[in-house]
Amino acid sequence: MQKIGVFVCWCGSNIAATVDVEAVAEAVKNEPGVVFSANYQYMCSAAGQKLIQDAIHEHHLTGIVVCSCSPRMHEATFRKTAESAGLNPYMVEIANIREQCSWIHKDKEEATAKAIVLAKAAISKLRNDTPLQAGTSAVTKRCLVIGGGIAGIQTALDVADAGYEVDIVEQRPTIGGRMAQLDKTFPTLDCAACILTPKMVEASQNEKINIISYAKVEKVSGFVGSFKATIRKKARFVDETKCTGCSLCTTKCPSRKGKNEFNMNLDNRGAIYIPFAQAIPNVAVIDPEQCIKLKTGKCGLCEKVCSAGAINYKQEDELIEREYGAIVVATGFKPIDPSPLNEFGYADNADVVTSLEFERLMNAAGPTKGTLLRPSDGKHPKTIVFIQCVGSRCEENTKRGKPYCSKICCMYTAKHAMLVREKYPDTDVHVFYIDVRTPGKNFDEFYRRAAEQYGVDYIKGMVGKVAKEGDKLMVQGSDLINNEQVHIAADMVVLATAIEPDPTARSIGTMLTASMDTNDFFTEAHPKLRPVESPTAGIFLSGVAQGPKDIPETVAQAGAAASKVIGLLAKDHLVTNPCVAQSNELMCNGCSQCEKVCPYGAITYVEKEVRGPGVREVRRVAQVNPAVCQGCGACTVTCPSGAMDLKGFSNKQILAEVDAICRW
Amino acid sequence: MENNAKFLTETALRISGVNPRKCMKCGKCSGTCPNYDAMEYHPHQFVAMVEKGQIEKLMQSKSIYLCLSCMACVERCPRGVEPGKLVEAVRLMQIRQQDKNHKGARDIPEFADESVPQQLLMAAMRKYRK
Repeated sequence: MQKIGVFVCWCGSNIAATVDVEAVAEAVKNEPGVVFSANYQYMCSAAGQKLIQDAIHEHHLTGIVVCSCSPRMHEATFRKTAESAGLNPYMVEIANIREQCSWIHKDKEEATAKAIVLAKAAISKLRNDTPLQAGTSAVTKRCLVIGGGIAGIQTALDVADAGYEVDIVEQRPTIGGRMAQLDKTFPTLDCAACILTPKMVEASQNEKINIISYAKVEKVSGFVGSFKATIRKKARFVDETKCTGCSLCTTKCPSRKGKNEFNMNLDNRGAIYIPFAQAIPNVAVIDPEQCIKLKTGKCGLCEKVCSAGAINYKQEDELIEREYGAIVVATGFKPIDPSPLNEFGYADNADVVTSLEFERLMNAAGPTKGTLLRPSDGKHPKTIVFIQCVGSRCEENTKRGKPYCSKICCMYTAKHAMLVREKYPDTDVHVFYIDVRTPGKNFDEFYRRAAEQYGVDYIKGMVGKVAKEGDKLMVQGSDLINNEQVHIAADMVVLATAIEPDPTARSIGTMLTASMDTNDFFTEAHPKLRPVESPTAGIFLSGVAQGPKDIPETVAQAGAAASKVIGLLAKDHLVTNPCVAQSNELMCNGCSQCEKVCPYGAITYVEKEVRGPGVREVRRVAQVNPAVCQGCGACTVTCPSGAMDLKGFSNKQILAEVDAICRW
Repeated sequence: MENNAKFLTETALRISGVNPRKCMKCGKCSGTCPNYDAMEYHPHQFVAMVEKGQIEKLMQSKSIYLCLSCMACVERCPRGVEPGKLVEAVRLMQIRQQDKNHKGARDIPEFADESVPQQLLMAAMRKYRK
């Protein structure tokens, strides 16, 4: 028979104000197995923990029930407390009488009754608990970073700085991401390339960092400390080790129909191209969709002009398999396509552009070499209208865009407006805004400068219609402060389009079993206290993959993610969760159902001699790899014969809890 | 009076099915409205005034007949507030009132000049004129 101690926590007034804690301690006193019960103001405090330890020693307790907050909060605390008093840490049960009781009830009598039931359920479970031993697993001291934008680069640099190997897998032919496409950065107006490209070079020269570009992660298996990833490195038809990046081939290529993705499709590039001058790796890549040689077998001009002999039309995709201890998701974002919001006329008018397109039109390395010329006729625009919140802050049911604020648009619009007024003072600039949101160091000052010093006309209101009239774009919008409808004849309209996670994020999330919200942003383990970790152990989040953020925030988060990775990789071994599935071979009928539902690939089937009362035969039975099993319990509910059980959460234990609740 | 304002507001909300609290005051509706300049109260003001319980002012205004009911504001509203439905609801509340001076068909010609909107004349003849 077990000797159980029950400890009821007040949590200050969090629990005690709604639950009669003394009554709870009193009510469970005579439950079978309970030899001690107490209540205390803060059970998690040093004094509270001492009370538990003293009781364990004094009453020779074999298990304890703590009635307190959610086990997510303090289960680990009380397990440690019990362990240091000589108890097996898995002989600790938590009855959650805060989140699931005091916080959601108002009536003290009812809440107290419920708290007693929850305590009794935990006691019933504890009576069926058995001591469990945690094992250990080794940590592979290598980190995988998915995405080579500023987030991925910063995380990789910081992890490499601590001495660990890092692989950056980037889907595009070069690292640099969105930041490489930007012209200037707010609020300092320093040029994006000037601050980013040195970091790109640093990453490429760091001997601990291995950049795998033009590649994607195809498969991930394993678990924290011991992931196994398959990376597909797409054929670029150019030998990376030979190409010198002279770019002669790119100028000679006769195919000119490929859209230049780096310039937001505003101009064309050759079939063989280098995305931009500072690309890393600075190696050409052939677009097989556009290459005449690859499509028809004729041409081969690039091969002829390449003095390094780097062109290889027969190159094939390469599969790389590697093991990693930690994985960082830094998949970034893309702007939404504003075409469905047809009142802005984006699809019909070349001079209605998104902010990222405008960024390229202002960029010295862009399609217009930094001179602001409108796409339709190459003329200088004299009147420009900026529209904020395009596709942001929309109620979900309206299907007009994203429900969230994209966060960066107010600042980059102020930046664009300011840059235009600085470079072309004779240009009229109007900005339609709903709210100007500028929380951030020197952010509001920046916006005020745009309005006050640069004379940018900020109009509180929204645009209802953009229509082409002659060579003008007629913008109709509301001016809520003046309570009038305004009509502006503009030469160019710039849409501050919402940002959304990169389209690959969802499949990567599924591959990593890392949870995401309804907008496909990765969910953090705790919104305040664990902002850079996924709830899935060993998966870390960096940059916009987790939610909209600007460059300084991204860099800060990337560093934070790196520190978490380093903390993990610094360990030689990890303590594994002993609450894993186990199969009763005598009951297993070999149906394979559990193997199919296991999200971690922890279950295999073996032919094995099974011995039991009256049984001695070779059968096909399920076997669980405890190092891989994460204890999700999917197999236990799937198993038709009841052979599969989860240690620490066995069917017997769960049913004992249910019985205790039903007896009430 | 306070009670009456509350009753009118509740009626407007019930008829329209609109929740004006969803409005984030972006002004999309008024930026969209094709008959903005003709109206004394503009679409975004309808939403704000209903939220503040100022229904009577709206009922007295010609704006309720000047709305073209094109529902562009309903279509474009990013928060799903549907201002056009509010205008319609207030208009209905005005014309459904009993014992008010509604006109018969014979009275119409003397009112019919170019300054009177067609919709006003039609509304004047609607069913609750007894």
